[in-house]
Amino acid sequence: MSETGNKGTSRRAVLGAGLAAGGALAAGAVRAQTPDPLITEVQDWASSFGDPVDATPYGLPIRFESHVVRRNVEWLTESPVSSINFTPIHALEGTITPQGCAFERHHSGAIELSKSDYRLMIDGLVDQPLVFTYEDLARFPRTVMTAFCECAANGGMEWGGAQLEGCQFTQGMIHNMEYTGVPLRLLLEEAGVKPDGKWIYAEGADASSNGRSMPLEKAMDDVLVAFFANGEALRKEHGYPVRLVVPGFEGNMWVKWLRRIGVYDQAVESREETSKYTDLMNDGTARKWTWVMDAKSVITSPSPQAPIRHGKGPLVITGLAWSGHGKIDRVDVSVDGGRNWQTARLSGDVKSKALTRFHLDIDWDGSEMLLQSRAMDETGYVQPTKDQLRAIRGLNNVYHNNAIQTWWVHADGEVENVEVA
Amino acid sequence: MSKSLNLLVTGAALALATPAMAEKLGLGRPALSEEIAAWDVAVLPDGTGLPEGSGDVFTGDEVFAEKCASCHGDFAEGIDNWPVLAGGQGTLTNRRPVKTIGSYWPHLSTVWDYIHRSMPFGAAQTVTADEAYAITAFLLYSNGLVEDDFVLSKENFTDIHLENEGGFRPDDRAEAEYPRFRAEPCMTDCAAEVKVTKRAIDLKVTPTDPDGKPAGTLPVILAAAGDAAPAAPAGETAAAAPAGAETAAADPALVEAGETVFKKCKACHKVGEGARNGTGPMLNGIVGRAAGASDGFKYSGPMVAAAEGGLVWTPEALAGFLANPKGYMKGTKMSFAGLKKAEEIDAVIAYLGTFAE
Repeated sequence: MSETGNKGTSRRAVLGAGLAAGGALAAGAVRAQTPDPLITEVQDWASSFGDPVDATPYGLPIRFESHVVRRNVEWLTESPVSSINFTPIHALEGTITPQGCAFERHHSGAIELSKSDYRLMIDGLVDQPLVFTYEDLARFPRTVMTAFCECAANGGMEWGGAQLEGCQFTQGMIHNMEYTGVPLRLLLEEAGVKPDGKWIYAEGADASSNGRSMPLEKAMDDVLVAFFANGEALRKEHGYPVRLVVPGFEGNMWVKWLRRIGVYDQAVESREETSKYTDLMNDGTARKWTWVMDAKSVITSPSPQAPIRHGKGPLVITGLAWSGHGKIDRVDVSVDGGRNWQTARLSGDVKSKALTRFHLDIDWDGSEMLLQSRAMDETGYVQPTKDQLRAIRGLNNVYHNNAIQTWWVHADGEVENVEVA
Repeated sequence: MSKSLNLLVTGAALALATPAMAEKLGLGRPALSEEIAAWDVAVLPDGTGLPEGSGDVFTGDEVFAEKCASCHGDFAEGIDNWPVLAGGQGTLTNRRPVKTIGSYWPHLSTVWDYIHRSMPFGAAQTVTADEAYAITAFLLYSNGLVEDDFVLSKENFTDIHLENEGGFRPDDRAEAEYPRFRAEPCMTDCAAEVKVTKRAIDLKVTPTDPDGKPAGTLPVILAAAGDAAPAAPAGETAAAAPAGAETAAADPALVEAGETVFKKCKACHKVGEGARNGTGPMLNGIVGRAAGASDGFKYSGPMVAAAEGGLVWTPEALAGFLANPKGYMKGTKMSFAGLKKAEEIDAVIAYLGTFAE
């Protein structure tokens, strides 16, 4: 499409159906009145030298992107060493989260543990309890896999009602990285799991230890003992030198600074799987072992931290979808608060238990919108509304809020976090 | 692989070429019993993993006051937003349930295990087995589950059952939720009318940038052509040197490093404008000030005694204290293991020096 376009319903319908806007200009696009000096004048950067190759042995983002950082919400926790921060998903595209701005959750601070000081013990119901060094782990056959890691509490502050302005805060306890590591299965087979071993318990080397139990079946399936993320060593805050990757399961189980895997005939029922990370229901009983993160999606732009500044015309709606049960099958977008839906494009590869990027290109008429996205996964599960979830779980749940998010886009392009009914 | 090549390679090389791991690689080494004893300290609901030992409520009360009460309160009631450990029974269906050991936790083993492995906060693995039994006994008493003459030991441990032991059930979403949410979704005319019922803006709890917008709001790109420098993010504003008389004298890089180190202290200590005593005393003006002098803070006995003895927090004295708090002052309430690196100590003292009284 190269026409400069009359606005009109037929054209809107074409764009609204999800076709790319291509190079089309918006109706009413500004026509230059005077020559742009950025074009007509020779700029410094077009004449003199830039940085030499030895200026930056390891680079950080250019200073113009300094707003793309993790942020925390101070009132959430009593101490910043047992706390959480949030990925700036409103400012990212594609699916891979850079390690440097991927959310952190620590229970006793991010520790500095060197490869030479690293030890991993496997014990309990095994034929031969073993100790591995980092060098030992590096000699096992490796696997590469991309997986999302979502805190079970992602969106927890929103359970009672719309609370925070921006998807960084409402859905940002998530990251998605490409990991390289050793299947935990290989390490367990090296030690030899005894027939009565039904559970494993993973602990970290930090002061909190953050021990979590999981069924042996999961441990032997797709759990990875990872030491690379996005092509480089894990960052300190992500568990350097070795962390557990537990695809589809809540982030608390992705034990960092992994120190011990114990094999047991029962769950350990540690603090992190009883007093925390359990889901209190209406009747006063609680669900435990709610490991899998259900299908979820969010529009990352426009969103409260990413308002529309260009006025009406072509608008890119972009967002993320994911499911702990497998692949994302479809994402629908509504601009009217869920009354009508259209199917968005899934852009790039759709991987199981990994973030999927969706786009919908529309011709925005400049009127206000109630934007929502709704993910469906390969099991046929459709992302529910918050009211649907509350009807089952009550109001005291903190974890596993995978509800549809609503953004109220105003005519001036500013965006608010709201709930609708 | 051709037959001729096959003849040239050894059996071991063939095994390497086979990714399916039928046999072991022989990597790692056997774990020694002393190593397993050191690291495998988990305690399970059936008592597996409990070491020999015992402790009574009275001793537990004393140990708790020394090691735990600075966050959890003398009566396990929780200070500020630190966890409440006692009470709350009967509140799990309330709008604001109080989830404590007495009201929510299913197993006593979890209490013992967590105290022994991960507490006190900032000084994990410093509680002995007998102390863990004693603190656990005190917490049972605080929750009204035992009398004050109770002694908890390995022998009677599994006789104790917490009230909410039966209050948990394994994940039932597969039955309770998934069938409901697996229907083909509506695409058109799904609701007659949609109204906004709640607005986050009404709560005003979102962190903001200096311009009042939600923190991290993307900068305007085309507003001022030729000047694309964005507004400083919230983080940078916070990192700016705090106002203080001594700021000019301090090395800015050292002060900045000290601010980072101070994150380890922030859980308990506040500095800057409006700083108040919290779990620990507020620290404005601490460098060069007399010890034990923050108004209204309840210092430990040893700290009061040191203050009466004329202790002044010179940089040297602070350095000694921070390197090993419990070693420098036996009995201090500061449950912090200490800063191991001299450069961290220097930096945090430089940082603290920027905050005037």
